Amino acid sequence: MAAGALARDVEAGGLAAWVRARPLVVGLVVVVALLLTLVLGVGLGSVRVAPAETFAVILSRVFDIDIGVTITPATDVIVWDLRLPRVLTAMLIGCGLAVAGATFQGLLRNPLADPYVLGTASGAAVGAAIAVLLPIQLVVVEFGLLHGLAFAGALASAWLVFRLGGMGGAGGLTRLLLTGYAVGSVLAAVLTMAMYVSGAELRQIFSFLLGGLGGSSWVRLIVAAPLIIGSSLLIMARGRSLDGMLLGDAAAGHLGIDVSRERGILLALASMATAAAVAISGLIGFVGLVVPHVVRLLVGPAAHRVLPISALAGAALLSAADLGARLVGDVPVGVVMALLGSPFFLVLLHRSRSGYEL
Amino acid sequence: MIAAKGLTVGYAGRTVIEGADLSVAPGERLALVGPNGAGKSSLLRAMTGVLAPRAGSVELLGERVEHVPRKKLARAIAVVPEVADLPFAMPVAEVVALGRLPHEPPLTGLRPTDAAAVDGAIERIGISHLRSRDMRELSMGERQLVFIAVAVAQAAPILVLDEPTAHLDIRHQVDVMELLVDLNERDGTTVLAVLHDLALAAHFFPRVVVLADGRIVSDGTPAETLGAARIREVFGVDPALVRLAVGAG
Repeated sequence: MAAGALARDVEAGGLAAWVRARPLVVGLVVVVALLLTLVLGVGLGSVRVAPAETFAVILSRVFDIDIGVTITPATDVIVWDLRLPRVLTAMLIGCGLAVAGATFQGLLRNPLADPYVLGTASGAAVGAAIAVLLPIQLVVVEFGLLHGLAFAGALASAWLVFRLGGMGGAGGLTRLLLTGYAVGSVLAAVLTMAMYVSGAELRQIFSFLLGGLGGSSWVRLIVAAPLIIGSSLLIMARGRSLDGMLLGDAAAGHLGIDVSRERGILLALASMATAAAVAISGLIGFVGLVVPHVVRLLVGPAAHRVLPISALAGAALLSAADLGARLVGDVPVGVVMALLGSPFFLVLLHRSRSGYEL
Repeated sequence: MIAAKGLTVGYAGRTVIEGADLSVAPGERLALVGPNGAGKSSLLRAMTGVLAPRAGSVELLGERVEHVPRKKLARAIAVVPEVADLPFAMPVAEVVALGRLPHEPPLTGLRPTDAAAVDGAIERIGISHLRSRDMRELSMGERQLVFIAVAVAQAAPILVLDEPTAHLDIRHQVDVMELLVDLNERDGTTVLAVLHDLALAAHFFPRVVVLADGRIVSDGTPAETLGAARIREVFGVDPALVRLAVGAG
């Protein structure tokens, strides 16, 4: 018995060490998974589309090239107008939330942090609820009041928490987290009140809270993409500051990092990515909290590995979960992700006692 | 090299250091001692540019320390940080590599020269066997050695340590002291260390500065600064409790 357990430990440690020494292998596996979800995400559904047809539609739409595969107009609409923007939006949101989550966890030195830790979720939800309740219909190129107010609400609450929470000094991080909690509580109370008085509009608010990718479109994707991808790339460019801050503020300062400035910039970028994500897809949980941890288990905590691999893994996970949600009849994607993802995460955590360390 | 003139520092209404003059020349090895609350750590914080002075100045190579850009400062002064908990598992080698942050060009990460400096620091501290261990599994003493390795990897001409031996057993205390002597004598690193243990200070440091109630009360060789009368006066203990090499000799 004991010998068997020991052998298993050694084996698990060996595998973990093998994986850790090869971040490129992990990256490659994630890229393959991402491509697979792209093909499956566009191909599967009430109408099946073969990969060749998908390819043909993309080539003819983007480059006006005909590769000789016959495409029916219906297939063209399904691929180009319905599924492709949805799959790509899922990938974009997954990428943004995973990078933001990894950033918040590192900055706040807190494994429980997620993209919504600075009150962005409640801020966005209150913004969305106000938009739903206001008797105004305002649509500017596919962006309604709901998107605008959700985006503004998320950014405003992050800004408020940031201002009230202060940055420097001893206990600065705890103060910031508690401020995030307090501001979030006030906003949650406002949200509850709004839901209480909403009557028939309750369903609309509720669907924002559940999050989902049903409202995806090219225009929304193209507006959100630069915000999310831009923020993510800028965060990655500051990855070494993020690494240095793992040692604590004082040590990071002695290593030449302007801690309060770097933290401000990184929090702003991560909040921007989060706000853009929630504005177009509502509150999608799990991906931002769990993906960075899984990636850290696999490749260690260094930002230059965690951030890019989390971005790709978040994209793959959310698009896969959205595919699952679509196939079982459009249940909320967050439900699918938590139901299928949490057991997997629990297994990883359990294994982490032998070999991996969180 | 680094000089405080008429330095007064404090936190919110409370003055901790008053009118301190302390000049450290290149290649010196200096221990700062004094009872708890004397202001040793505050003096170090002010001299490393973390705490802004209320009055007076700190100059690094003739330049006011608050005007030196952070990266340049980090290349000039390495400070052994307090032993901190890391939020995530991190192998020792990667922690030590953070010491190269002030030298790395942005974006590219560790260059071969940086990797060599990291390996050198790990070897010199004698923690090669901990290289791939998770930082969080280590004992406090082992973590302290890792943090000293971070500062050594930083390869700055001035090394500042605040109680580097607080968590170490006597064997490792002596090892760390010998390392400081070696860094100082062989590499010419200027060493400035706050120490609690007067015996270690007297034995390993040619210059000892005694701080009491925010003032420098004595500055010189251990024989001059750590006499029986001063130990009784500053620390309020029977000097016989502190068996100093200089006291006996």
